[in-house]
Amino acid sequence: MSVAVEPSRTAGKRTSKPGYVRMKSTRRGVDNPRRSVLLTLLTGVILIYSLIPLVWLLINSSKTQESLFSSFGLWFSGDFALFSNIGDTLSYDGGIFGRWFLNTVLYVVAGAGGATFLAVLGGYALAKFSFPGKKAVFAVVIGAVAVPGTALAVPTFLMFSEMGLTNTPWAVIIPSLISPFGLYLMWTFASEAIPAELLESARMDGAGEFRTFFQISLPLLGPGIVTVLLFTMVATWNNYFLPLIMLKDPDWYPLTLGLNAWNNQASTVGGDAIYNLVITGALLTILPLIAAFLLLQRYWQSGLSAGAVKE
Amino acid sequence: MTTASPPPAVLGTQPEPAARAPRRTRTRSWSGWLFIGPFMAVFALVFLAPIAYSIYLSFFRNQLVGGNGFVGLANYAQVLQDSQFWSSLIRVVLFLAVQVPVMLLIALLVALALDSGRLYGKSFFRISIFLPYAVPAVVASLMWGFMYGTRFGLVGNINSAFGINLPNPLSPDLILASIGNIVTWEFIGYNMLIFYSALSVIPKSLHEAAEIDGASQFRLVTAIKLPAIRGAMVVASIFSVIGSFQLFNEPAILQSLAPNSISTYFTPNLYAYSLSFSGQQYNYSATVAIVMGIITMVIAYAVQLRGMRKES
Repeated sequence: MSVAVEPSRTAGKRTSKPGYVRMKSTRRGVDNPRRSVLLTLLTGVILIYSLIPLVWLLINSSKTQESLFSSFGLWFSGDFALFSNIGDTLSYDGGIFGRWFLNTVLYVVAGAGGATFLAVLGGYALAKFSFPGKKAVFAVVIGAVAVPGTALAVPTFLMFSEMGLTNTPWAVIIPSLISPFGLYLMWTFASEAIPAELLESARMDGAGEFRTFFQISLPLLGPGIVTVLLFTMVATWNNYFLPLIMLKDPDWYPLTLGLNAWNNQASTVGGDAIYNLVITGALLTILPLIAAFLLLQRYWQSGLSAGAVKE
Repeated sequence: MTTASPPPAVLGTQPEPAARAPRRTRTRSWSGWLFIGPFMAVFALVFLAPIAYSIYLSFFRNQLVGGNGFVGLANYAQVLQDSQFWSSLIRVVLFLAVQVPVMLLIALLVALALDSGRLYGKSFFRISIFLPYAVPAVVASLMWGFMYGTRFGLVGNINSAFGINLPNPLSPDLILASIGNIVTWEFIGYNMLIFYSALSVIPKSLHEAAEIDGASQFRLVTAIKLPAIRGAMVVASIFSVIGSFQLFNEPAILQSLAPNSISTYFTPNLYAYSLSFSGQQYNYSATVAIVMGIITMVIAYAVQLRGMRKES
């Protein structure tokens, strides 16, 4: 299945965008239509829908276990316990939350970093080289993307357990290294961002392929790299299924698996119900990603419109 | 496929400079493999080898007598007669038929509203509606699961505040709709961004021409904007279809909050998972996964064909 969207239009966008911005202040019409209160209110319904669970999470992470059960969910109640909840979350069970956090960081740095690196190299090759087997590479990658993750999960687990990799970080990191979406995005991005003439003149000057790549091409790929990095980060940070099947030892859990284990604790016989810690832990889990998206907005939004497509 | 003006985002058009510029074929060499090689090596290990191994597994069965033996297509025959498999498949098809259109329609309307430029605080809308995408499925399911709960959830609050008895969203009758709501919440922003990105590259001169001709906003949307983003809509549909067929995280996590509503064969993925990791039936589980893979590919292909036919 091919998921390409015509790349040529993106070039037009990049060159004409500054023009709109300037015109905006001086012209009414297409570029600066009249604002509508009604439309804003209607879209506001979806905005509230999107934000309410996050607001709920924020409010309830400030409650003690007792007031969780006794108070209205969308308003503060009882003692403001956010900081003691955070303290309890970090110290519960010998500080295992911190360990899960570090595991997640490890999986994200190695998995998402590695995936981005491989996707940048591969996308560059597809965009700027003609090599034997290129069509086959394309067909195989696109075909494999359509295969559901679970069709792969069981055999991957069996293979990895024969190799002795299950229950080690490698079992989570290695499968995260492949991002077909990242490859696709870098491919469209590199074909637009790197002029062929630039590469040819570098080759004529006798620069090797790797030197050309690192000194000339890589700097031009910036926004594309940030976009791929962000999306692979989300994928690895939020990964649940893969670690679920690969890891048994809680010491190697990422945050997602750990939180779910805490939640399940309440339903096991004799288990300690720690809903306030689950809620506070959930808040701490999503904060880094939300911060990354907000801070890097400018980059990923421009990188995405270059691809104009998604996974 | 004909290309109407404005040029729609064409599905199946790959950036293939080699095809357009014959001059470059002279530089055809193996050096491209230096760059694509590492990707393909890992890809072979984590995609191709497991697929091959899965197919291999599906032809064997661990029998009480004789151990692991070749059984041909017997596992496949068993899947086709397995009522638990069918009930899980029907459940995700139902889910797909309702949740995907609702989610994509909302995402499209929000994207059109953003693109119209008529909103106050447009970038606040865009980033806020996108934010749920950054929330892990585990956290999303736990949050919504708690909110659904009758004990300290919003449903419980409303019940006690108004002295009414709302139906329990975690009951067996409503659980599928409740999961649909979680998935919709997670992915509206993501799909909105896809549509918005596609809309934002439509040349503005087309809008201007249409407005000068006196076209209404509605005509502008139906005659220019929607045809121009058809490619993005097809892609979003395909990935939503694949996502629905793979539904696993949300039901798996809600299982502890609603144990009576979510069976071990609630979705095909959950069924394959339970077969391997609770039942140790690796061969049968691999067969279920392959059958689901084939069904998914056929449907994704059909969506793509349909999307492309409409365009011509």
